[in-house]
Order: sequence, then structure tokens, then C-alpha cells
Amino acid sequence: MRPFTYQRVATAAEAAAAVAGNPAAKFLAGGTNLLDLMKLEIERPAHLVDVQDIEGLNAIEQTGDGGLRIGALVSNTALAADERVRRDYGVLTRAIVAGASGQLRNKATTAGNLLQRTRCPYFYDPNLPCNKRNPGSGCAALEGYSRQLAVIGTSDKCIATYPGDMAIALRVLDATVETVQPDGTERTIPFGEFHRLPGDAPEKDNVLAHGELITAVTLPRPIGGEHVYHKVRDRASYAFALVSVAAVIQPDGTGRVAFGGVAHKPWRVEAAEAAMPQGAAAVTAQVFADARPTEHNAFKLPLATRALAGVLAEAKG
Amino acid sequence: MDFNQPAGTNLFDNARVIGKPTPRIDGPLKTTGTAPYAYERHDVAPDAAYGYILGAAIAKGRISAMNVAEARRAPGVVAIVAAPDVAPVGKGMGNVAPLFGGSDVAHYHQAIAVVVAETFEQARAAAALIRVDYDRTPGAFDLARAAPHAGAEEQDDGAGDGGDPQSQQTPKRIGDFADAFAAAPVKVDATYTTPDESHAMIEPHATIAGWDGDKLTLWTSNQMIAWSKSSMAKILGIAEENVRLDSPYIGGGFGSKLFVRADAVCAALAAKEAGRPVKIALQRPLIANNTAHRHATIQRIRLGAGRDGRITAIAHECWSGNLDGQSGEDGTAQTPVLYAGANRLVASRVTHLDLPEGNAMRAPGEAVGHLALEVAMDELAEATGMDPVALRLANEPTGEVPGKPGTRYSERNLTRCLTEGAERFGWARRNARPGAVRDGRWLVGMGVAAGYRGAPTQKSAARVRLEADGLLVVETDMTDIGTGSYTIIAQTAAETMGLPLDRVSVRLGDSAFPAAAGSGGQWGAASSTAGVYAACVALRRKIGEQLGFAADDATFADGRITAGDRSWALTDAGAQVAEDGIAFGDFQKGYDLGTYAGHFAEVAVDAFTGVTRIRRMLAVCDAGRILNPMSARSQVIGAMVMAAGGALMEELVVDTRFGLFVNHDLAGYEVPVHLDIPHQEVVFLDTVDPVSTPLKAKGVGELGICGPGAAIANAIYNATGIRVREYPLTLDKYLDQLPQVA
Ligand SMILES: Cc1cc2nc3c(=O)[nH]c(=O)nc-3n(C[C@H](O)[C@H](O)[C@H](O)COP(=O)(O)OP(=O)(O)OC[C@H]3O[C@@H](n4cnc5c(N)ncnc54)[C@H](O)[C@@H]3O)c2cc1C
Ligand code: SF4
Repeated sequence: MRPFTYQRVATAAEAAAAVAGNPAAKFLAGGTNLLDLMKLEIERPAHLVDVQDIEGLNAIEQTGDGGLRIGALVSNTALAADERVRRDYGVLTRAIVAGASGQLRNKATTAGNLLQRTRCPYFYDPNLPCNKRNPGSGCAALEGYSRQLAVIGTSDKCIATYPGDMAIALRVLDATVETVQPDGTERTIPFGEFHRLPGDAPEKDNVLAHGELITAVTLPRPIGGEHVYHKVRDRASYAFALVSVAAVIQPDGTGRVAFGGVAHKPWRVEAAEAAMPQGAAAVTAQVFADARPTEHNAFKLPLATRALAGVLAEAKG
Repeated sequence: MDFNQPAGTNLFDNARVIGKPTPRIDGPLKTTGTAPYAYERHDVAPDAAYGYILGAAIAKGRISAMNVAEARRAPGVVAIVAAPDVAPVGKGMGNVAPLFGGSDVAHYHQAIAVVVAETFEQARAAAALIRVDYDRTPGAFDLARAAPHAGAEEQDDGAGDGGDPQSQQTPKRIGDFADAFAAAPVKVDATYTTPDESHAMIEPHATIAGWDGDKLTLWTSNQMIAWSKSSMAKILGIAEENVRLDSPYIGGGFGSKLFVRADAVCAALAAKEAGRPVKIALQRPLIANNTAHRHATIQRIRLGAGRDGRITAIAHECWSGNLDGQSGEDGTAQTPVLYAGANRLVASRVTHLDLPEGNAMRAPGEAVGHLALEVAMDELAEATGMDPVALRLANEPTGEVPGKPGTRYSERNLTRCLTEGAERFGWARRNARPGAVRDGRWLVGMGVAAGYRGAPTQKSAARVRLEADGLLVVETDMTDIGTGSYTIIAQTAAETMGLPLDRVSVRLGDSAFPAAAGSGGQWGAASSTAGVYAACVALRRKIGEQLGFAADDATFADGRITAGDRSWALTDAGAQVAEDGIAFGDFQKGYDLGTYAGHFAEVAVDAFTGVTRIRRMLAVCDAGRILNPMSARSQVIGAMVMAAGGALMEELVVDTRFGLFVNHDLAGYEVPVHLDIPHQEVVFLDTVDPVSTPLKAKGVGELGICGPGAAIANAIYNATGIRVREYPLTLDKYLDQLPQVA
């Protein structure tokens, strides 16, 4: 870990300005991801701006149109336990509790969770090439051990996945991300546009500008239906998804679905959802039409179909 | 004390303390954080500086340049020791590549520099500033390529593997395997692979080293104190009497701490350079690639049998790889012992690989050998149409050990393990037709496997000191690696001296104490308690001489001694000390000392996703007198968890281009979590083995990992009808064979 300076701020605008003014600065929330990466010197901020004291970012509030506004600092535990979330957005609660451990969820924040970095094993070994960690150094995973990695939306620079669970549910719920930009203005980012594909710049996970602070994640009005999050992994708990399915299924068999563990972002193809009543294979044929799996992770394609088939079967009950 | 013939009736046959479920003496210390592990022994070296090891960034080659200038200037840095500036250290037991020194790199993450600083964070940050240039050399990292003939037909003649100059073991043959196999009406011929595995114990390798003139003390985490004391002397080229190791509490080892590793060597070198004590714990990635691991294997099994299931021909060949000069993983270890069969062939071959060093991990050999043999037996059961339990019973040897002519079983109750296990597990409810049992979305199946693990004995000594107030102090360099050694040793001493348990104080792990068997190969419990018994007998005799009675005929109970019609308090002779040990005679060589188990598992496989979840596991164990059923059970369930990990998820993944284990942390190397292990049951048969020790006890710590993995694999087959022979059995290997669902 490199030595760094540390600052606590009281307002969102102050935070954004503090980071924007220093190219080597980063926000610190729960620290469960950032501090691990700093110890490995994968992240090397010279200055940390701790956002945990900022007023007003720790609440879950009703919005004018009947949705929910989740403050950026709301912990994963508090969000998953919120009565309104459990009642109206069950897929979100289920996705959160399928991730990490109780202790980590107590500490992890809503914004930090969205920004957790990939779990590609090569990203974690500074001796090996990795474009995401060290742009231009190459991608060790392309021809290497890629069982966990992405099958779609990849580039020849990077095939990493976004590893989180909560974001897959947020994607299926059509959430939006609210931010304060360095100049103090606010913007709203639809969830599907928040995370990036690796393309030529795998070091950039999302569309945030340097110094842009997430203040909240907003959920539109509840859409009813059966809320399912199904996470497939080698062990029963405390592991990242091989494939996960976040779905909201309506009584008439229509619904929405997003997949985790398959791409550099939560993977949802809205156009494919019309095929939901025809069954899982009809949906995934479209969702994964452009898939480019490796030899090691080609199983994720049938797995995604089978996992969705299981979800649909259970929803039919 | 010489143990030269099987034990007769003795005090342990009427035991009051031995054999009773006894909570671990060190339990409260562990749960309250007051049993300090090596790295937290702040009292022994309050001024210790922090060392951090830099591992090599390449798998094979040479360091062409190392620049430590910037690191030296970094905040808090006290000293830096760079491998190219130091001659390679000597090699101790179990070391293939030197643990430090010189410019050659023999494997990834080999220690190439140690940075010492005032804080851990400073040392780590400075280590990242060291600049190293390498000349890479190509290496062999792929076992399947290094042993191209593994599993191939031409092995039939048993000649060495042509493509593999390092083939070592000449096949051991009995009868004529080839003819008998050819003639057998029922045959199984299958090849299984098991991956490299990491010990993944919770406490990393850790040492505080301090010098006092020529004298070196290592407060460390080590399973084998006497081995490691002499190894350390050899490694550093110093006199053995100048080395002291102290390792009273150990947070798991599983074999990874049998031998001195880089933490101890680098701490010693760095402490000398820094002129003050230095502490080092290996960071988690170094545990996979700097220390040792369990070797991957390729195993071919051929079974020929009559239609009645009786085996007529059995061959087990195993291939593994290692750095030069080291042995491999002998998956055939159980095969000469488990089943009858007149015509036999076993061979274990080792090829050269440039991966980090492979070495012992819990039940080396048998743990992975069962994953092949006991699945092959399941395949034979199916081929003969027999029940897998009945098949095993039909192949129970009579007389000598079939694969070790001239050797008898000391004690063997495998048939009881299997039949009583089948009864308890509800085996009769198993549907023999694979894929036939459904519970909602789950396919459910049951599997069985036999288990065998050798029960070797090792000489072991102790000192016992009766203090004037009647407290008995036991001192031996035996280690407690979380196994319960403190407790069974106290029980043994209490039993022999007729004292309540709380009047016995046990001190372990210090090389200043008499040398014990240490913790390895599941010999620790049986051997070290026998050694403590020997020392207690010597103390009884000494007291007898003082007070004038024949100790061997006297009764020691309740703090008193009774001989004929005379009686004394134990303390009547005042403070006394005695030292002795047990030495096991050659008569044991005529026996196969082993432990046995019947392992049962029920699993559910998600028909949609292929996810496998264990529902319950049972082990019925035959391991001689169980010294402490409570700690023995913990040993067995822990081993069953590890077996579940080996069957379902554990794998150090080799990147054959860069020559390393890539998933070198506990996020990438998955071991089971609580939710993976819903229900375990362990039953110990009430048996004793007089050939083993005066206590008629054997180890259990490794028995529990020999067999459950195969029972799980067989249960998956029973659940799905899919046979996967490539461990771990992850869903990607059989997803395409599951029933159509979408
Ligand atoms: C062992 C382990 C297992 C895990 N398993 C899972 C799992 O199964 N599923 C899963 O989904 N997750 C898992 N996680 C990841 C965990 O969910 C994340 O670490 C956590 O959500 C991050 O939140 P945080 O508040 O601690 O973020 P931090 O570590 O504080 O920050 C993460 C990043 O977000 C930035 N940031 C923080 N707040 C803001 C803000 N308001 N605006 C802009 N940028 C901000 C930081 O600068 C940093 O780059 C696991 C983590 C660990 C350590
Ligand atoms: S896949 Fe991405 S994260 Fe992984 S090594 Fe390649 S560039 Fe790095």
C-alpha cells in the first residue's frame, strides 16, 4: 500500500470538488473493495476522500412517482432489510443477500457496491499482464484461465466480468444512478448505460468522470410480479457467480431478465424479453446471440439458459 | 521404553480418563484469543521489526539485475536482504529448491528479497519498489504433457514411461496382472485426474526470529520441531545446538508446516542483517506458489473380476510431477491393502515439472488415491450388477495383506464399518438405478466408499515432572496443530499417574523439550501419547524406588499410590523428574498398521444448473482406541470437509504459459463454507489395536479425508447417471449430460 493522505468531507459538492482537483484522489466509502486493492497496489490513490460523513446520503426515501431513492451510503444490509424493498423489489433483496458475507454487507455501501472491480484472477497478480490494471500490458486471461470470465460484450483487450450481484437486480428494475459532477451539477444515468463494455479501454469500468460522486440510486414504481435472483456458483455461499439470473416474472408469463457473471456489465437485452412466454431457450438465443466465449467458459451459455429455465419453472410454481 | 511386542492387558483397558469425551484444554484460550500464534507473540520480541518477502515474478530462469536502491530509501526501512547478494542457503528436509539465496529462480514466487521495516505496511510498500530484471527459461508446467504416456496402453508391460525419463518406481507386481485382466469376464479400465491443491490452513506460515550472539530462536508455526531444528541448522550452516524452535500453538498445517519454509529462513537472515528480531508471515498468494502443495495426479485403474464381483486382477498406476529430486503423490498407497485379488500391479511415477514444490498434504497419496480406486469400485459394482457395499464385502481379504506379501493386518474391521454404516445411513433406501430419485428440481443420490489410511508410529519422548504440590508437568516437543494434542497428552499422563486432568499441565512445541513424533502422517496422537506414557512409567518407577515399592504392580489412582496393603500420597516422595520415550520395535514391520472407514454421502444435483450440494455424510471409523472421542470427531469431520472440497471445488489452477498457480488467494481457491456441509455424522467402532502402541491407539486425523470424496462422486453418479473422472467435479464438466430442461 502506498502512503496516502486522508480527508473527510461533509457535503457532496465538497467531495466531488476534492477528488476532481486531484488526479490521484479517490472516494472512500465502506472500503471493502478499495482497501483490498490498495494493499495489492492495484489501486494507488495518493489521497482518499472519505464520503461517509456526508449528510443525507444514508436514507431510503419514497420518490414523488412512487419509487424509492436509495442514498449512496445506505449499507447493503440496510437496503436488503428495508421493508419496502423486500415487499416491492424482492429481486434486489435477494441479489444483495446472495453476495459477499454478512460482515461485508454491513460495511459495503450502495455506491461502492456498483463500483467494485472485477475478480479476474490475473487482475490481482501484478506480475502478469492485464490491460485493466496496467493499460497496454496485454490481457493474460484471453489465452489463459478464463472459466469465470465474460462470454459476451468482450473485446480483444479484456474479457473480464463485472462481478457483483446487486447491480444485476438494479438493471432488471430499470434503476437510475444520480450523481454530482465536479462542477457541482447533477446528472441522472440510466442503469444500462452506467457500466461500460471493455472495448479499447478496459481500465474504465463505468461512465463516471473523475470526481463525479454517486449520491443515490433511484428505483421506479414497483412493477409487481414474482421476483427471483438465482445465483449459480461452485460453493453454496461466499463466492462470485458463474452465472446469475435476476428476473421479474408476471403472472401472464411475460417478464424481464438480466444476467450476471457473463459480461463486463449487467447483461440485459430488453428486446429478447418478448420471447419469455416461449421459454428460456427462446430468450437466451437472443440475449446471447453475439456471445464469444472461450474454451473455458463456453459452458456459461447453456448454463444461463438452464438457470433461466429453472427460474421460469419455479415462477410458474 | 521399547515396544517390542503387542500390548497385553494394561491400565488403559480400564481407563478413567483416556477414551472419555474431553473438551480441549486449549479451547478457551483459542476462543478468547489468548493462545498466541507465532506472529502475535509480542512478548517474546517486543522490538521485532516486520519483514516482507518479495516472490519471484517468473517461474524459471535467472535474476539478471536487482535494484533495491529506491526500496532502501523508503520510509521505515531497516534492512533489505537480496537473494543475489547471498549464497543459496542449504537445503533442509523437504526442500527441493533453496528457500533463499542466489540468482537462480526455480519456481514462481520463490523468495528473492526480504524487506525489513518498522511496520508491516512500510515493509510491504518498500518491497513493491524493488526493481528486478529476469532472464526467463522455458519450463515444464503441464503434467499431461510431461507425462504423455499417462493412462496409455503401453503401460501394460509395466516398463517405465518412455517419454518420461524421470519415471522412478518400478511397478510392484504380484501374480500375472496382464493375463488375469485379459481373462476377466468383467472389466473396468478408467483414468482419473486430480488437481493440484493448496493446504489453505487459516494461519499462514509465520516466524519471529531473534539472534542472541550465535544462538537463533525461532518462534514459529511448525508441525515437526526436531526435524525442523536440524533442518534449520543445515540450511544456515550453523550448529544444531544453536537453534531453538518454539511453536506452542499452530493454526493448522495439514502438512504444509512439516518442513521449514521461507518465512523462517528469511526471518533468520533478516534478523541477522537488521540486528534485531524480525517477524514474517507469508502473504496468502505466497502460500500457493512459494510453499508446497498437493501434487496433481493422473491415475489409471484396471479391475478385472468374476461375475460374482471377486477381483482377480487389479492395477493402479499413478503419475505426478515435481521439481527434481522430490517424490510425487503416490495415489496407489491404499491399493495393496484394501481389496483381495491374486494378480496385482501398482506403479507410481514422477515426472519433472517446474511448478512450485509438491509435498505432503493431509493423507498424501491416499487422499487422492481413493478418488480413483473407490470410484473404479463403484464402476465395477455397476458392471457386475452388484450393490457397491456388497461388492466391497465380497473382496475382503482373508489372511495376509494381498499386496504386501508376508504382512498381516494388525487389526481390520472394514466390513463392520461398511455394514454398520449402511445400516445407519439408510443405504437400503438407495435406488440402484442412476438418475431415478427426484426431489423437486433436485436429482438425489447416495454413494459409498471404503477408506484406508496407514497408521505409522514414530519414536517419541517426553519429560514429566511431579512438583511438590502434586502438579504434574509434561514437556515434549510434540505439536498441537489444532488437533487436540494438549488434551490427549494430559489425559494419558492423568491416567498413568492417577491424577485428575486439572492437575496436569502440558507444555508443547519447544525444541528444548524431549523430541516427540511431531504432527504428521496421522502418527502424532498414537506415538506421542505412547511416549508420554513411557515417561510416566519411568516416573512411577522412580517414585517406587524412593518409597520402596514395585511400581509396575502398584495402582496409581486419585492422587494416591497403592501397592499391596500399603498406600502413599503421590507427593510423598517429593518433587521428581523422569524422562523417557517410546521406541517401536521391528515386530511392527510384519504388520500393516492401518485405519479403516466406511464413508457414505447423499448429494443433490440441480437438474437445471448442475450445482451439486451435499445433503449428509457419515463416516464409520475403525482406528483403534479412540483417546478422546470429542477431538477425534473434530478431526474426522474436518477431514470430511476437506474431502468434500477436494471432490467438488478445490483446485490450484495451473497457467501453463506463465508456470504458476493463478488462483492464489482464498477468493480464487475455494474451500467449502458452512452452507456446503449441512450434516455430518461420525461413529467410532469400539476397537483396540495392541500392535500399535501400549494405548492400542492409532491416528484418525487423515482417515477422514480418505474416501468421502469418492463417496460424493459415486453419489453424483447415482443421482444423475453421469460419471465424471476429472476432479474437482464442477458443473461445467457435466452440464451437457444433464436432462434437457429448456
Ligand atoms: C471477500 C469478498 C467477497 C465478496 N463477495 C461478493 C459477492 O458475492 N457479490 C457481490 O456483489 N459483491 C461481493 N463483494 C464485493 C462487495 O460487495 C464490495 O466490496 C462492496 O459492495 C463495496 O462497497 P464499499 O462501500 O465497501 O466500497 P469501497 O471499497 O469504499 O469503494 C469501492 C469503489 O467505489 C468508489 N466509491 C465509493 N463510494 C462512491 C460514491 N459515492 N461515488 C463515487 N464513487 C464511489 C471508491 O472510490 C472505490 O473505487 C465481495 C467482497 C469481498 C471482500
Ligand atoms: S480479462 Fe481484463 S482484467 Fe482479466 S487479465 Fe484481461 S485485461 Fe485484465
